[in-house]
Parts: sequence; structure tokens; C-alpha cells
Amino acid sequence: MKKSYKIDVDCAACADKMEVAAKKTEGVKDAVVSFMTLKMKVEFEEGADAAEVMKNVRANCKKVEDDCEVYI
Amino acid sequence: MNKKQKNLLIRIIVSAIFFVPLYLISEDIVHADIPQWLIIVLFLVPYLLVGFDILRKAALGIKNRQVFDENFLMTVATVGAIILGEYGEGVAVMLLYQVGELFQSYAVGKSRRNISDLMDIRPDYANIEVDGELTQVDPDEVEIGSIIIVQPGEKIPLDGVIVEGNSALNTSALTGESKPIDAKAGDEVLSGTINMTGVLKIETTCEFDESTASKILDLVENASSRKSKSENFISKFARVYTPIVVYAALALAIIPPLFMMLTGIGMGGYATTGQLWMDWVLRACTFLVISCPCAIVISVPLSFFAGIGGASKEGILVKGSNYLETLSEVRVVAFDKTGTITKGNFEVTAIHHSPLEEKMMLEYAALAECHSSHPISLSLQQAYAKKIDPSRVTDVQEISGHGIMAKVDGHDVAIGNEKMMTKVGVKFLPCHHTGTIIHMALDGEYAGHIVISDELKPTSKEAIAQLKNAGVEKTVMLTGDAGAVAEKVAAEVGLTDFRAELLPADKVTAVEELLAECSGKKRLAFVGDGINDAPVLSRADIGIAMGALGSDAAIEAADVVLMDDDPLKIAKAIKISRKCLRIVKQNITIALVIKLGCLALAALGIANMWLAIIADVGVMIIAVLNAIRCLYTKNL
Repeated sequence: MKKSYKIDVDCAACADKMEVAAKKTEGVKDAVVSFMTLKMKVEFEEGADAAEVMKNVRANCKKVEDDCEVYI
Repeated sequence: MNKKQKNLLIRIIVSAIFFVPLYLISEDIVHADIPQWLIIVLFLVPYLLVGFDILRKAALGIKNRQVFDENFLMTVATVGAIILGEYGEGVAVMLLYQVGELFQSYAVGKSRRNISDLMDIRPDYANIEVDGELTQVDPDEVEIGSIIIVQPGEKIPLDGVIVEGNSALNTSALTGESKPIDAKAGDEVLSGTINMTGVLKIETTCEFDESTASKILDLVENASSRKSKSENFISKFARVYTPIVVYAALALAIIPPLFMMLTGIGMGGYATTGQLWMDWVLRACTFLVISCPCAIVISVPLSFFAGIGGASKEGILVKGSNYLETLSEVRVVAFDKTGTITKGNFEVTAIHHSPLEEKMMLEYAALAECHSSHPISLSLQQAYAKKIDPSRVTDVQEISGHGIMAKVDGHDVAIGNEKMMTKVGVKFLPCHHTGTIIHMALDGEYAGHIVISDELKPTSKEAIAQLKNAGVEKTVMLTGDAGAVAEKVAAEVGLTDFRAELLPADKVTAVEELLAECSGKKRLAFVGDGINDAPVLSRADIGIAMGALGSDAAIEAADVVLMDDDPLKIAKAIKISRKCLRIVKQNITIALVIKLGCLALAALGIANMWLAIIADVGVMIIAVLNAIRCLYTKNL
């Protein structure tokens, strides 16, 4: 399952960090962050609860870049 | 400017108002009879005002084990400078760094909006008639089969069929072609086109999510998530670069002074060991200021984004940054013939050796063929162009593989290929033209022949020439047609090679052979109409589908989609990609050269912090402005 989320972040390097953080989150198969369109595309593992996983994705992103937001 | 940016701007201005006079008199206060702590406090006010968020982020970074980011670099460098007594430099670096951040955020935000606006073909509303009055509704809510009304000047919100009204449509948002197209009742229209002259009533044929405008928008928006090799390289580069520079700075602060103290070499320049350490720590701090990778990290994706935006403005949809990159390396282009180089509609191009008037001959031919729906018959009927009265035709007899015999106005007409002529025992004249030759016999006498051929697109020849100009070494046509036809077409448009009499499966093999011939970084593009060549499109390094407007299959199968069927767009697409990649390389080179140069100067103690921060912000500004050039595609 793939879903796209709006994000907010200020710099391109930070967007890369968010991508790495999102990829490492449990339940995420793959994630791509596009700084240009301010979007995060997340592919979830089979059977993962998207809403639950995204909470963790957001938390992990906040950890690496305090000044970011993922709109779930 | 958004709230965050305004906030930062105010902080920068207030801090600068406080700092500049303080800096100008700093020489005097240092010597004046003022306690040291008061001077520090005075400088800390503008410093903290402009940089508190950087300090906070750096602290959070350390807490979250994300130590090596630019916030950390700036914090260490500026705090280091202040501790060493270089108050002015410390504050100035923080101030200028924030100016750079503000510019970056503003410029990127603005170009992002510009590019998005450019690509924004999303209709905002649809007009529906409710109780005789027009109401605007969200296009999302319009059901299939609803009647929508589009006024002159409005965007057509959903794909549909015109049920009432005439108008001229501007499809430039979809195709990049600004010549208006006439539309009348019964015509299909696509969302995203602009209704120019008349009011149209349209019956919708799809929901909003399935409409052409939504699909194209979706495609372009997703393009930047398919990252190119350059982008991935830069992300990886940034991840290793920052820690390396931090360790290098650390080494610079410790090793040279330690070495000098132990060996005594070069100690002459310093009065005390304290001064020695201070000098090298300051050099290390300068090092850190220069090391921020922002300029490179931002400019590469911005260039690709602008390139994709610029291309889509021309009616060229590139499905990902990676494809834009591959496109720039294309050296071999393989073409499908029908629909790509030629128009794909057969037309009567010549009539020879006819004792009758040409019009008369066509009339007989069209009448004899009037019951057939073969493309050849249709093209005869089209060439005749008048209404056909089938009652004038009797005794129609179709002879498979030969042609047709019929009585037209009481005359015996036999029409068909050479075999047909032999069959009816009429001596015919062979034709030296290429194409499909239709011979005709009238009342047992030879009445000449008609040449029917597929016409070249008017821009095909120029397109091939432009491809060569753009550095494409080999242009090959793959076709199912006979060798003679293929050879003629190839010669006429100036192709370097052709492969004829290919079955659809042979085309894949032919492309594979061509791929095998491509060595090194040469890439092969295949251009087709996307309808029955999907396997070939996907086998080539890059598949380009043309005339794809309204064809989902083509949009699905190809990597690059040309919305209209003008072959000139192929060269244009390649030129846009070249320009974009050139700019990407320029930016990487400029940034790396300046940064490495400044790092060397800083290590030697020639560059001070002022120079360092100006170089850092300057490189970023140049890179962003240069990246935005990708958007301009007019003069390519």
C-alpha cells in the first residue's frame, strides 16, 4: 500500500534526513521525500496499520529535524 | 513570505541594527575602560537574537544523536569565535548565515510556487445548471454523465463530449501548442483545455480523478520523487561530507599547533603558545563555516524540478528526474514509422497515365470502392471529397487479394493491384513511385493508376536535423513496411539507418541489437505512438510516446510523454535535458571548487570568517539562481 503525505520542512538536507528517518521506521517498506513538492510518499509493509506507522514516522522525523511537520 | 520567513527577517533586521554600530566602535570599546563581561553581553544580545534557533537545533541534534548538521557547524564556529575574543566575527557569521537561510527559503519557496503554478492545470470549479441557474461546484463532486457548462475563458474541468455549442479551444496547457482547435457538438474535449470563444455544454465521461488534467498533474508531481543519480549522489555526499569536515577541523585545531610546539618549527610568528592555539582554533572555526553543504544539496533537486517544469510547459512530460538524466545521454534514437515520422493516415498523392480527367478517375475509383471500409478505400473516398451516391454502383464483386470489380453508371470498372489487372487481362503501366499503387481498368481499357501513400509529417525532416544538431549520432527507423517504402522515407527525412519488414516482435529484437551496439554512456531512446509498441518502449533505455494526449496506454508505457505528435519535440526534450544536466554539473562544480578553495585558504590562515560566510552564502545564491534557469526553454 502506498500513500502520499504533505510535509513541511525548510531545507533540502533536512528533507533528506526525514527520508532516511522515515525509511528506518518499522512498518515502512520504502519512503521518498520530495523537497520540491513537499510530499512524502510512503510504501507500507504488508498488514501494517498506516495511521499507527505514520505516527512513528512523524516522531522519527521530528527527532532528526526538529523543525519539520508531516501532515497525517 | 510566510510567517516563519517574516519572523526571521525581523530578527535579522533588529539584530543588524544593534550589531553594526557596535561593530564599528568595537575597536574603541575594547580599549576603553569597560569591563570585559559587559562587552561580551553587548555582543551576545544581537547574537542570541538572530541565532537562538540555530543554537537550539544544534543542542537538539546532539540530544537526538544527529550531531553533524549545519546548525552544529555554525554553533561551534561562532561560539568558538566568541570564546576566542573575536566577538564581531562570531556575531557577523551567525547574522550572515541567517540571511543566507532566509534567501534560500524564500527563493526556493518562490520558485517552487512558480513552477507549480506553471504546471497547475487543475480546474478549480465546474458550472452546473440547477433550476435554471449556474452554480459552481467542486469538480470532484460532478458525476459521470452530468451536464456541465463552460463559459468562454474558463478551463474545461472534466473530460467529456460537447452536447451543445461551438467554440475554439486552447490546448496549450496540455500540449504546449497555442494554435486553437475548433470544437463543435459531438466532439470529445479534454479537461485542462481552455474554452476561448463560445459557451459549451458538455456531458462528462469520467470522474475528476480519472480526467486528463488530474492524471497529467499527478504524473508531473510524482516525477520529482523518482530521483536521479545526481540527486542520490548529492544526498550521499552530504551525509559523509559534513562529518569529514568536522573531523578535519578538529585535526586542524589540534595537530598543527601541537606539532609546532613539539618541534619548535614556525613558532617565531607567535608571541605566546596561547596565541598559537587561538590562531589555529580560529582557522578551524572558519573551516566549519565554509563546510555547510546547503548550496549543493538544494541546487540539484531544484534544477531537476525546474527542468521538469520547463519541459511540461512545452507539452513534454518527463516522468522522473532519472529519465531527464537518461534523456541527456541519448545518442541513438529509434523511431516507429507510422504515426511518428509519417502522419499515419493514407492519402492519394498522385494519379498517373489516366486518359480521363483525374477527377473523373477518382470518382469512378471512389464509387467502386464505396462499400469497402479498407483504409485504402477510405482514402480514395476522402480524396474524392464529394458525397457518394451508392445507387450508381451495382454488381460489386470483391476479389480477395486483388481488388474490386463493379459496374459504375453502367461502365465496367476493375480496380486493384497488378494481379487484378492481369486477371482482367488489361495491360498496365508499372509505377516508379513508392507507396500503394491502385490500377484501374474502365470497360476493359487501362485507365491509369493512383498512388496512395502515407504522408511525412511536415516537421519530420527538420526534427531529424535538429536531433543531429543536438548530438544524436544515429537515427534509425523501425517499420513493418516494405524495404522500398522505408528506404524512400529514410532518405527523405535524412535518417542514418532503417530496418524494414519487421513484425512487432522483431522491433524488440532490433532495439536489443541497437542497444548492444551502444557502448559506454550512450543511451538509446525509442519513439513510438505508444499504442502497440509498449514492449519496445519499455525495452529501450528511455521510451518516448508521442501524440499521447488522451491515450492512457501510451502515458502508462512511456518514460517521456509528448502530448502532441510533433517530432520536433523529441529534439526539444533532449535539449531541455542537456541544459538541465549542464546546469546541475555547473552548480556542483562551482560549489565544490569555491568550497574546497576556501577550505584550503582557511587552513593556510588566509581566509577569515568574513570571507568564509560570504563565500558560503554567495555560492548558495549563485546555485539557486542558476538552477532556476532550467525553467526557461524558449530558445532551445
